[in-house]
Amino acid sequence: MSYEVPVIEGEEEAELSGSAGGHPLWEVFVRAERGLNHVHVGSIHAADAELAMQNARDVYTRRNEGVSVWVVQSTHVVASDPHVADTWFDSDKPYRHPTFYEIPDEVGHM
Amino acid sequence: MIDQDLDLVIYLVRHGDDNLVLGQRLGELVSYMPELEEDIAVANVGLDHIGAARNFYSYAAELEGFGRSEDDLAMLRDEREFTNAVLAEQPNGDFANMMARQFYYDAYQLPLYTSLADSSDERLAGIAQKAQKEASYHLRRSAGWLVRLGDGTEESHNRMQAAIDELWKYTEDLFYADEVDGALEERGVLPVGAGDRDQFDATVAEVLAAATLVAPSDDYQRTGGRTGFHTEHLGHLLPEMQMLYRSHPGVKW
Repeated sequence: MSYEVPVIEGEEEAELSGSAGGHPLWEVFVRAERGLNHVHVGSIHAADAELAMQNARDVYTRRNEGVSVWVVQSTHVVASDPHVADTWFDSDKPYRHPTFYEIPDEVGHM
Repeated sequence: MIDQDLDLVIYLVRHGDDNLVLGQRLGELVSYMPELEEDIAVANVGLDHIGAARNFYSYAAELEGFGRSEDDLAMLRDEREFTNAVLAEQPNGDFANMMARQFYYDAYQLPLYTSLADSSDERLAGIAQKAQKEASYHLRRSAGWLVRLGDGTEESHNRMQAAIDELWKYTEDLFYADEVDGALEERGVLPVGAGDRDQFDATVAEVLAAATLVAPSDDYQRTGGRTGFHTEHLGHLLPEMQMLYRSHPGVKW
């Protein structure tokens, strides 16, 4: 007997991956009370978007950690390949920094 | 003046008992839920209820003036002194059963606390405001599960239908009202209509329809919890909950 994911009105049908009994994995991002941006805090499994939001809120904001929660299905995250990290992220490029200007004090921190 | 305080004390303890017993039932489920996320969710909801119970009990203990603490109220009373509605003490059963019980309670508590937030008693209004936010989230969750399971597979639909049918007979107890409620309404402590079941009935009808479930039709209702006449289940729940405190009175962690 196949398990059919219930369709909650207004929510997208979640894509099934081969994990946790068919429930997809979602990445969770939380914006803290005094923060400016959402920060990745972990992941959860959930059958659909509504449950993913509730699970994320229940698991990752138990003790007042946040005011906003984003969930994204892990299959929708496109990540850089760790094997070419050193080619992609070569940090030794002094010629890209504008270090040759003298910034007057009145301008402040740039 | 003692009579007035006792009315409010009785009322507060009723709702403290509701939340404590329900919280205890949810605590029994921790580490048994089908998914890790659901496990944490059930623990959170249980803690919300226990937090509300503490608020109700603390206030009641103060008003009572017998020198009892919230712990004494929770741990040293016997079954016939507990005044929760009988729905709270029903056993967990399967996932559908647990969700049905939770849904009935959430559909009851949300309009109740929303109304109590306008109580003439400031502290009760404060307790209700906090509990109302939690109830709103709880209802969203439990109603969501009812729809998922009701409008799901054949097995989930059958189990969900069985659960709402089985627990319906314990819902009238939620709306029990006596002279205590009457007296508090006169004083404005209970806003007019706080104990009404219109909102509950509307929510239940709406969610059951979305879940493709048939509304329960059995008229039989088992009441009595509010006056201490409980089903057999409370008699098992209380010793388990109270044993530690009764063995070591005044115990601290």
